[in-house]
Amino acid sequence: MSTPLRLALQALFWGGWASAYVLLPEYLPLLAQIAVVALFVLSLDLLVGYAGFVTLGHAAFFGVGAYAAGILAQQGWGEPLSGLLFGAAVAALVGLVTAPLVLRGGDLTGIMVTLGIAMMLYEAANRMAWLTGGADGLQGVEMWPILGIWRFDLFGRTAFVYSLLVLFLLFLLARLIVASPFGLALRGIKGNRRRMEALGTPVKARLIAVYTLSAAYAGVAGALLAQTTQFVSLDVLDFHRSADALLMLVLGGMGALYGAMIGAILFMVAHHTLSELTPQFWQFWIGIALIALAIAGKGGLLGLARRALARLPRR
Amino acid sequence: MLTVLIDGVASGMLLFVLACGLSVTLGLMNFVNLAHGAFGMAGGYLCVVLLNQHGVPFLPAVVAAALFAAALGFVLERTLYAHLYGRDHLDQVLFSIGLVFVMSAVVDWLMGARQQLITLPAWLQGRWDFGFVTVGVYRAFLIAICGAIVLALHLGLVRTRFGARLRAAVDDGVVARGLGIPVNRIFGVTFALGSGLAGLGGALGVEVLGLDPTFPLKYMVYFLIVVAVGGANTIVGPFLAALLLGVVDVAGKYYVPQVGAFVIYTAMVVLLLLRPHGLLAKASAR
Amino acid sequence: MSAPVLETEGLTRRFGGFVAVDQVSFTLAAGARHALIGPNGAGKTTFVNLLTGALAASAGRIRLLGEDVTALPQHQRIKRGLARTFQINQLFGELSPLESVSLAIAEREGLTARWWKPLSAHAGIAAEARELLDQLRMPAADMTAPASDLPYGRQRLLEIALALALKPRILLLDEPAAGVPPGESREVLDSIAALPREVAVLLIEHDMDLVFRFAERITVLAQGAVLAEGAPAAIAADPRVKEAYLGEAAHG
Repeated sequence: MSTPLRLALQALFWGGWASAYVLLPEYLPLLAQIAVVALFVLSLDLLVGYAGFVTLGHAAFFGVGAYAAGILAQQGWGEPLSGLLFGAAVAALVGLVTAPLVLRGGDLTGIMVTLGIAMMLYEAANRMAWLTGGADGLQGVEMWPILGIWRFDLFGRTAFVYSLLVLFLLFLLARLIVASPFGLALRGIKGNRRRMEALGTPVKARLIAVYTLSAAYAGVAGALLAQTTQFVSLDVLDFHRSADALLMLVLGGMGALYGAMIGAILFMVAHHTLSELTPQFWQFWIGIALIALAIAGKGGLLGLARRALARLPRR
Repeated sequence: MLTVLIDGVASGMLLFVLACGLSVTLGLMNFVNLAHGAFGMAGGYLCVVLLNQHGVPFLPAVVAAALFAAALGFVLERTLYAHLYGRDHLDQVLFSIGLVFVMSAVVDWLMGARQQLITLPAWLQGRWDFGFVTVGVYRAFLIAICGAIVLALHLGLVRTRFGARLRAAVDDGVVARGLGIPVNRIFGVTFALGSGLAGLGGALGVEVLGLDPTFPLKYMVYFLIVVAVGGANTIVGPFLAALLLGVVDVAGKYYVPQVGAFVIYTAMVVLLLLRPHGLLAKASAR
Repeated sequence: MSAPVLETEGLTRRFGGFVAVDQVSFTLAAGARHALIGPNGAGKTTFVNLLTGALAASAGRIRLLGEDVTALPQHQRIKRGLARTFQINQLFGELSPLESVSLAIAEREGLTARWWKPLSAHAGIAAEARELLDQLRMPAADMTAPASDLPYGRQRLLEIALALALKPRILLLDEPAAGVPPGESREVLDSIAALPREVAVLLIEHDMDLVFRFAERITVLAQGAVLAEGAPAAIAADPRVKEAYLGEAAHG
């Protein structure tokens, strides 16, 4: 794809999303939520798409970030930006601590440990109702205005701009990271771990680094959710969140950053338009989609689009 | 306390019957089948339908459940799973999660989301009182049935030609193929067998483990522990792991109920950390 | 005579009851052209894996440039100047040769921990990668294609390029000519012949032509232990060596 075309498409992507502020004012809360989910899937892409490390428990970091930011606000400190940092830091810490555990043993063991840890955290949040509100959810999350100026309003305008901006900035950072030597090393690890070891890469250290980074990103997404909805429910740690994120990532295309966000947008829009359907119906079609995607193979929609574009006659 | 132990053993043996198919699947084809529990669920639901809606006696219903699950496993393996052999773990994980979602949704739509209840036949109800311990009749029945199955599996694996070929194929598929062993065909049969056993376990487990559309995911962790800790090469490994897990789970729920399922997940993580290569630990380390 | 760059002392590796490498004491001289041969299953690749640290030793010591590295993990041994190629290509399927070699160079320079500057900002890496691939006579068109699209012979060249990109002091080549169709083997063989003199090379091979053209010293491994060692002419004449190979042929 030529660079002018690429830049134009990217401008269209972000510009289009931002323009919703004016064009689709009644959908701002939904679009803010889509940004949050897009950030979460982006975090997953760093780990699964770039480093090739499959996890079934990424919701753990999303949930930890959400509860951390939520509890912080509930306990009286409602400053949003520091809340985001706090959510990221706590999630990163959990990631750093659990990464060596997850990396012990082979791939299958790792997948199961991620699942186990996420379920442990779910149960812990469920039981520790004095801290998390348990099944009733965390209430009393009151946010101060952003930078003292922009109050979180009922129409979701502030939430929208806030979420989209955070997503955009973290996307830029992610793009920088994947274009760096570190990013290339991650792709190498995904491509052939044995080869990377024979090149002298401390593979485990790199994986711990990306795992922690990915956890931090997921933590920010969770914190954003807590701050923009001013509520945290157990659902932030639910297995479905991890599974849906994997689906969104594969749908949109792994290892491309934009694929993660496109997959998130498509999934959330589909979910929204089909939300009047019964939950079983939705789960059924999600399952079909997963099966089809798994059998069909890599690349997702972005890969499909790329291949289609490659077949266009060149100028 | 002895009662808790016996309950735990019954639970563990049931768990083994449910999980042993997965052990072979992972060990033989290196396939991450997170949908294994769905076959258990299918068997459980068929049993419930036969018992409650058609008045079929208990034992025939259980057998029918096993056969149904085996058939379902066979068909799905030939039509869907076969596309994913040799693919990377992510694809297999996505596929099996998708399958769980589909089957759970279908079950939810057909039968609703609530717990399924059955009434055990009179000869399986009640408790035997030995003075120092009481034993639930159904628990004893479970231990007997599952014990018989374990024995049959062990003998089948060790004494029959099929068993020998299966063990060879698990040990080293490439060499086995080179020796003329039809590994894919063996796998088809084994998958059906494993699914059938899962269905049997699901049917037997309605009374003990419960049954609702979340069954596959809820118990997936248990199956994974059994398989991860027990390994894939023997019957003994997963059997002991399942027993241990059953006892820990029942004891945990009895003595520290406020902690709940946290114990199991912690146990899983700890066990996996202690035996990180438990899953694919063949005699020669990499 | 300068000090050996690589030595092992009683190096042993057991897998349960099976001894794959049996008390091997071995010396690789500086600038060596040393070949390691032996019948199938003799333990040659296992030995290489022990040298690089991909496998842990059951017993014995390994000294790299005078330093005892037996306890060091693989990546630290590589950083000290060791590089290897694999018998079966271990490439990064989706990366192009340019990207792959650039990665190797970046790793050599210790840049892969850096996330804040794009790779393109590190001047010279891409140019060095291109030059290395040029030297190995990889066509320019192939340099930017995904590695998995290349014909096997070119993939083998890339395998060697990855090792050379590390500018190693010691190079372990595990059957570099294996599986390469005759039409494509020329470049592979030439690249081996053109290896810099300062690099000590240990070559594992079955192709006896290649071995006798290349090696100045040969070690024969059989059933995990050193059977014979010496100059090519001596090895060619050694009856024990013939028997080890013929013995295999009788069974094989």
